[in-house]
Amino acid sequence: MATDVHGAVTPKTADGASAAVRVAGLTRSFDGRAVIDGLELTVQPGEFVALLGRSGCGKSTLLRVLAGLDREIEGEVSVPRRSAVAFQAPRLMPWKKVWRNVLLGLPGRPERAVAEQALGEVGLSHRTDAWPKTLSGGEAQRASLARALVREPDLLLLDEPFGALDALTRIKAQRLVAELWRRRGCAVLLVTHDVEEALLLADRAVVMDEGVIAYETAIDLPRPRDIASPRFAELRARLLDRLGVDGPTDSPADSPSSSGLADGPAGDGLADAA
Amino acid sequence: MPRWLRRTTGPVGLVVLWQVLSATGVLHPDVLASPGTIAGTAAGLVSDGTLPSAMLVSVQRVLVGLVLGGIAGIALALASGLSRLGEDLVDATVQMLRSIPWVGVIPLFIIWLGIGEAPKIALIALGVAFHLYLNVYAGIRGVDAQLVEAGSSLGLGRWGLIRHVVLPGALPGAMTGLRYSLATAWLALVFGESVNADDGIGFLMNQAREFFRTDVIVVCLIVYALLGLLADFLVRTLERLLLQWRPTFTGQ
Ligand SMILES: Nc1ncnc2c1ncn2[C@@H]1O[C@H](COP(=O)(O)OP(=O)(O)OP(=O)(O)O)[C@@H](O)[C@H]1O
Ligand SMILES: [Mg+2]
Repeated sequence: MATDVHGAVTPKTADGASAAVRVAGLTRSFDGRAVIDGLELTVQPGEFVALLGRSGCGKSTLLRVLAGLDREIEGEVSVPRRSAVAFQAPRLMPWKKVWRNVLLGLPGRPERAVAEQALGEVGLSHRTDAWPKTLSGGEAQRASLARALVREPDLLLLDEPFGALDALTRIKAQRLVAELWRRRGCAVLLVTHDVEEALLLADRAVVMDEGVIAYETAIDLPRPRDIASPRFAELRARLLDRLGVDGPTDSPADSPSSSGLADGPAGDGLADAA
Repeated sequence: MPRWLRRTTGPVGLVVLWQVLSATGVLHPDVLASPGTIAGTAAGLVSDGTLPSAMLVSVQRVLVGLVLGGIAGIALALASGLSRLGEDLVDATVQMLRSIPWVGVIPLFIIWLGIGEAPKIALIALGVAFHLYLNVYAGIRGVDAQLVEAGSSLGLGRWGLIRHVVLPGALPGAMTGLRYSLATAWLALVFGESVNADDGIGFLMNQAREFFRTDVIVVCLIVYALLGLLADFLVRTLERLLLQWRPTFTGQ
């Protein structure tokens, strides 16, 4: 597997013949420390994958590689040509009004109405003409989400896109992503700290640890998903266990403070609201 | 007491004190003319057309120097800000020249360019180019790498990134550079015109010095100051228009 193609992120046209994302033997080091260390991951076209893992385990790093933004890698990565990212921080251009941010980089000369439509979907119709610096954290996050969704990609990379949202807005945004995913049939990789969110949205949950996918499970629940079903609770318990919430199981290097998802209380609120 | 009133008491008090000192003879006219005399002289210089024509000449020098220096400074900053090759070629050179005090090159300019308009404009252009270069270059290099990354993830090519991310991101720096370079331009004008001039405000001043006309000298200083303020006002207005997106701290 160690073909060692330095910086080979191969975009390929989505001919539907093979996997949407194929990662083999991916290694990414910062200052000699391998954050991603021989990672293998395949995502089928149209598959919705949730990526979990404790803070600092390399989720955003993996997303940057998949987005083709990081070429300092070893291993093989192939992704669809059309991909869109919603970064962990909104990264809106402060000098462009919100609607111009949404349209930035789109081919052709898209109409303002396109942006208005996308912003309406995330509940930001009233902020279309605002400067990004005047948005609240959650508003900026939704604008960034709208900017990613409007691209109609074959691969959608979402890095904790609902982190700053209140329970209700969060559910709306989740529905929006789910709907776009169904309509568009794109592959989605969603980074989240919220196990319930993963179980509500994804076909498969993968857990990253020590630079590799340490655990993965298919989420074989019928849609729409019922948070109260016993199978849901079972999957949640299993995932939380793998995330080390009940104390470190297999990596002695873990300090007691790094309790993985335990510091993501937003998930509980969502469960009640949903 | 309203704020503007509070703020005007200081300057007004100073002028009153000055007038009193002049009137009582404590301040001799050869040392410093009285505010009243100065006002009269100013009115005279304006009505006989001496001052307006001198101002026109001086403002023209600044504008030409500003345009030439601006073009050079911005072009060099773009070259070294946007490309590695440009950076290696230009930046090291500029950083080296930077340690030379630019006013000190006046004698060289006079030897190279004579004593006409050329050395004055060259001096202004030099000061302007330096300040613009340094600020625009720093502005370009200070653009948030995360935004550049976001731009390329949105499908922007190299030119798109420069146009939509790098240049707008460098604009605040460029505006600061413009402010500094305008201040420098007036300073360069004063230096350049005080060396030798046969017209312009500097010429008026030199002439006044010969005849101990402190009133004319003060009028010229006031004109320099007013022109400087006007320039600053123009840049601030431009800044407000171009940097609307930036929420600014206005103070309390
Ligand atoms: N440019 C960089 N230089 C040095 N180290 C880096 C760099 N980028 C990331 N790292 C390190 O790589 C590790 C993984 O970072 P990453 O951002 O991928 O974490 P994450 O899983 O997304 O965490 P979080 O859930 O907190 O967002 C961290 O320890 C981080 O310090
Ligand atoms: Mg992250």
